[in-house]
Amino acid sequence: MSVRIFVPRETTALALGADEVAAQIEAEAAARGVEIELVRNGSRGLFWLEPLVEVETAAGRIAYGPVEPGDVAGLFDAGLLEGSNMPALCQGPTESIPYLQAQQRLTFSRIGVTDPLSIDDYCAHDGFRGLRRALGLEPQAIVDEVKASGLRGRGGAAFPTGIKWQTVLGAPAEQKYIVCNADEGDSGTFADRLVMECDPYLLIEGMAIAGLAVGATQGYVYLRSEYPLAHEIFNEAIARAEAAGYLGADILGSGRRFDLEVRLGAGAYICGEETSLLESLEGKRGMVRFKPPLPALEGLFGQPTVVNNVLSLAAVPFILSRGGQAYADYGMGRSRGTLALQLAGNVKRGGLVELAFGNTLRELMEDFGGGTASERPLRAVQVGGPLCAYLPESQWDLPLDYEAFAEVGAGVGHGGVVMFDDTVDMAEQARFAMEFCSVESCGKCTPCRIGAVRGVEVIDRIRAGDNREANLALLGDLCETMVDGSLCAMGGMTPFPVQSVMKHFPDDLQR
Amino acid sequence: MFNSTFQPWTPQLVRDEIDALKHKPGALLPILHAIQDRCGHVPHEAVPIIAESLQLTRAEVHGVISFYHHFRTAPPGRHVLQICRAEACQARGSRALEMHAREVLGIDYHQTTADREITLEPVYCLGNCACGPSLRIGDRIYGRVTPQKLDLLVDEMTTQVLEVS
Repeated sequence: MSVRIFVPRETTALALGADEVAAQIEAEAAARGVEIELVRNGSRGLFWLEPLVEVETAAGRIAYGPVEPGDVAGLFDAGLLEGSNMPALCQGPTESIPYLQAQQRLTFSRIGVTDPLSIDDYCAHDGFRGLRRALGLEPQAIVDEVKASGLRGRGGAAFPTGIKWQTVLGAPAEQKYIVCNADEGDSGTFADRLVMECDPYLLIEGMAIAGLAVGATQGYVYLRSEYPLAHEIFNEAIARAEAAGYLGADILGSGRRFDLEVRLGAGAYICGEETSLLESLEGKRGMVRFKPPLPALEGLFGQPTVVNNVLSLAAVPFILSRGGQAYADYGMGRSRGTLALQLAGNVKRGGLVELAFGNTLRELMEDFGGGTASERPLRAVQVGGPLCAYLPESQWDLPLDYEAFAEVGAGVGHGGVVMFDDTVDMAEQARFAMEFCSVESCGKCTPCRIGAVRGVEVIDRIRAGDNREANLALLGDLCETMVDGSLCAMGGMTPFPVQSVMKHFPDDLQR
Repeated sequence: MFNSTFQPWTPQLVRDEIDALKHKPGALLPILHAIQDRCGHVPHEAVPIIAESLQLTRAEVHGVISFYHHFRTAPPGRHVLQICRAEACQARGSRALEMHAREVLGIDYHQTTADREITLEPVYCLGNCACGPSLRIGDRIYGRVTPQKLDLLVDEMTTQVLEVS
């Protein structure tokens, strides 16, 4: 019997040489005359171990990593095919790796375990159970299940998903849409990409359930063009799901329809804002719309539209198959369920950490992350993307919870955690926040379009020591104007990282 | 290992891509992507053809092309090298990497080397944030890119394979 060996086909693993490792393993096996079955699985999300090679044994899967092509021959010599624990790169049974074992993987239960494109694998691991149950329920019962879960929008705004669905369900229209926001533009985030590359049927199932819930027959995934592999894998998954009857005119013989199409963005961060995204899907410039009307009532092509983030939709299959209460049993306060945290930047053990709300940021960065990759002291951490605050050490004991973060003017956002060591110049980071906004502003409202440009200039003057106190006061005023006067979160939140630098790292602006 | 195969644009190529996609609701972005995927850019001359087919004004089509960073109106070099400028990569040294790339290539962002081999572009996040600094060449993404590794990649891109018969 041939030995099954798993080598991930996922962006980070590939960026670190997974294809070369896979080729080397095949070549080595051929040279030794041993038969292997090479499976290209998704990533487990343990990025510091990528490329992570796994071997299936009677005692479960054994992990080896990080493997470089040059390590392969030595691994074979040391008993890779038998799952030997001899090689230095052996991490033991994959499921027992503490980083993985300590997580609560509800949404990400399958990533790295299965062949992402195998529908058989997906079904063998509870796939499409939520969809099958939803097909037997009234739309209102599906929405009620999502409401009971307490799920809030995982894109960053944390709006209750069930309430959004209820609004669309109650809006009479010939045509409604499900739009998935996969424009994962925040630096430090990759969880949407992991869903689409490593468990694409999960998102397909979540969107189909959303369609059944609100009476929408067409779905669009708006995917950023920076994710070519996710695009390729997800398109293939749609084609296979259609062929197998999980999408299309007659889902599993129910007579219900749901079609799905991926549309590529074009490198505009603002298109992660839901109304700008809708404009872009309609083939226009991604200019932010005024609200109201809400997209739930007048969204894509003027029709009632659910716009949800990948992670919100990907949480839905669990909620339908296990029940809303099972999901709500995790979490704290009004933050129910799990949060996909993404450890990034200067971190020793970067990767995906799915946890129930409530752990502290410090536990996450130290227990999971293991501190900085540079082994220098950690100085600042930006949680929630480029529009969220930089947190100093005094705030690292906050529990990861929407309300706790909001109380100190910080955000959980999409769960990205970007760590910086003590070599960081926070004045430079503040400048970048403004610069990024000046590059990415849609230009519709003045505080954002002009404020960001002026913000860069003022920070440059402060850093140059030019009339520093007066310019710091001016920067404070400018930030307030942008927060209060911008049309959307782009201009309205860009000041948050800047203000956090002024408040918590003032010395960096005095150098 | 790198093969970028952009074709020279022709009115017929543009019309073919439009005809294949114009039935879709909101077809403009898919059409622009299709043209750029084949030609490496969206030529100015394509604008009136697209506008007429979709019953838009030329200004509207131009407005969409110029709004999105992804779309180029001039042909790129044989390879497009994108360096991530976003925060997670900054935390791992991307600022030094950017500077090094500009120095080695002798160009700034949105420029192409004199030999037409490499176009340098900024990108804001490739989703490889735990293993930065990151860059993208064609559809391939690279992680933990040091200045030395960048030099190797530039060498590979600019080395022509000669077939010896």
